[in-house]
Amino acid sequence: MTVIDMEKTAQPEQALHAGELQRQQSREQWSLLSLVVPALIVVVLIILIPVGWLFYLSFVGKDGGLSMEHYLKMVQYKSYARTFVTTFQVSVLTTLICILIGYPLSYFLALLPPRWVGIFMLAVLLPFWTSLLVRTYAWLVLLQKNGLLNDFAMQIGLWDSPVKLVHNMTGTLIGMAHIMLPFLVLPLYNAMKKIDRDLMFAAANLGASPVSAFWKVYFPLSLPGMVAGSLIVFVLCLGFYVTPAVLGGGRVIMVATQITAILENQFDWGAASALGVVLLIATLLFLYIAGRLFKFDAALFGKN
Amino acid sequence: MASNNNSGSGHDATALPIHISSLTKKYGDLYALDSVDLEIRSGEFLTLLGPSGSGKTTLLMAIAGFNRPDSGSIRFGEQEVILTPPHQRNVGMVFQSYALFPHMSVAGNIAFPLKLRGVSAGEIEERVTEALETVQLSGLGERGIDQLSGGQRQRVALARAFVFGPRILLMDEPLSALDKKLRERMQIELKILHRKLGVTTVYVTHDQREALTMSDRIAVINHGRLAQVDTPEVIYNHPANAFVADFIGESTMLDLDQDKAGNLTYKGSKISKPPSGGNADGWSLVVRPEHLSIMANGKASTDRTIVFKGTVTETVFQGETAFSIVAIDDDTELLVRFGTGSKAKSTYPQSGEQVSVGLGRDDAILIPREDQP
Repeated sequence: MTVIDMEKTAQPEQALHAGELQRQQSREQWSLLSLVVPALIVVVLIILIPVGWLFYLSFVGKDGGLSMEHYLKMVQYKSYARTFVTTFQVSVLTTLICILIGYPLSYFLALLPPRWVGIFMLAVLLPFWTSLLVRTYAWLVLLQKNGLLNDFAMQIGLWDSPVKLVHNMTGTLIGMAHIMLPFLVLPLYNAMKKIDRDLMFAAANLGASPVSAFWKVYFPLSLPGMVAGSLIVFVLCLGFYVTPAVLGGGRVIMVATQITAILENQFDWGAASALGVVLLIATLLFLYIAGRLFKFDAALFGKN
Repeated sequence: MASNNNSGSGHDATALPIHISSLTKKYGDLYALDSVDLEIRSGEFLTLLGPSGSGKTTLLMAIAGFNRPDSGSIRFGEQEVILTPPHQRNVGMVFQSYALFPHMSVAGNIAFPLKLRGVSAGEIEERVTEALETVQLSGLGERGIDQLSGGQRQRVALARAFVFGPRILLMDEPLSALDKKLRERMQIELKILHRKLGVTTVYVTHDQREALTMSDRIAVINHGRLAQVDTPEVIYNHPANAFVADFIGESTMLDLDQDKAGNLTYKGSKISKPPSGGNADGWSLVVRPEHLSIMANGKASTDRTIVFKGTVTETVFQGETAFSIVAIDDDTELLVRFGTGSKAKSTYPQSGEQVSVGLGRDDAILIPREDQP
């Protein structure tokens, strides 16, 4: 009896190298953790602190004391509501246009033999690597009253007098869709590439016509990629500045444009911050709801 | 043979024969199918057996309608289907990857072909339940595909392929992803299921043992041509040519000479008369390891036994059987396989030992000689 008891109590302390092995494991975990420290510092310095500062500023009134005046103003003046409506309108329309163009494009890319994908992918990605400003002004050149497009269309007789293609919603949407397209195509192509070719064969074999095989099998399986891409496009659109400012010609006022205007004309940091905070919260809210509706973390990070 | 009512699937399970003639498919300069003629009988289990790149999968895909041959004819019964798109061919297929729809449940997958055929909800439920029962997956209908083991996925794929009552069932290496034990069990289960359903089944594999185990007939295919089409017994015991002899089972091929009397000889000793009706420039003797036996040294050939003399190079124990490698001359080695039973290891032929190896004359397999590449 006593012998057995002694063995029982003695065992944990005597287990061979247990302490050293434990220490080695925790050392490894800490050194892995230390790898994220630089990124953590950057996030804190350039995101958390400025956003916190912004948040604080939005509650500072003209007299320097804490107040809600900036937020009240947003409710009082119709122009603010209009800005938010325009922002969501542009974002939704851009996302829809990107889906309409991007889905068939991704489908085409996913079906291409591998050696051709590179070339076509380059065509999709090229705008990605060109400066945003350059692309936006290029559209201005193409779309303006005496621009290439109007000249060409009139020459071949599509229309008689120049059509207003820029400095309005049309121009903004054309430019935005062009810039956002890769953000939709990449995750969508990725999702489509993962759809096993045998699944389409199986659908056909089981009696599905090409159209019904597409809607019953291919489309549902490509949906996570489409949702992920659409979310990226939509969220990026919400805070977009350059393209609406240049191609909208002052007629398409989005939140970012409004913030700049407030800062340039009134130098009112409080009002500008309040707008920024509302946009940030609206975006987070939207992402939260979308996250509840679709499991988009799975779509983004390829969890199967 | 084909018709049966025991499957309980509530449909007439009459099988259809498949007639393939002059089917040709080229990839670039390479013939994947070189004018293939093949009659697949109603209700039989036919295996397309061949090495990778032999054209067996191309042939199966052509039957399913997934590739477009260059020319030829495929008929299901009397109906020409070469121009029929795959979704109108009404054949069941089990894919190597199973190709189960990941966004549907087990029941959803099996109901898929029924829904497309406009079967009523009540009957769908009934038939899905029956199909699950047939493949021994009762009660798993609501599971997701990713919750299933490999063997279970295999069964779902199978159930989905026959639930709509196709009269032809195609299988493309369906067992290759399973481990050995499960694979061997599924081979027997598939055989039993085939008998139960009675549908014409075309099965593709590169595994000769699987083909021998399961098939009514085997079509051995190589370089896009059929090398031999026959029952497993005939394919194994009477291979028509060197490729079949070499591909199926283990064998050593000995090139034979012909003496003045017309007898076939190997290194001067008489083996047999040429096969009657045989018409070849020369003959080779195919020797299977299990047909050989080790005899005491010094025995000579008799009317019933051909004896080779040689030296044991190595003996290998493999569990239920063991084999010895016996060098009968400088560049020819024979494999002799023997049962291990209760034999003590010390009685196995030892390396360097001089032995006689006997081959029953009935077991001598003669094939037309071919220059091996």
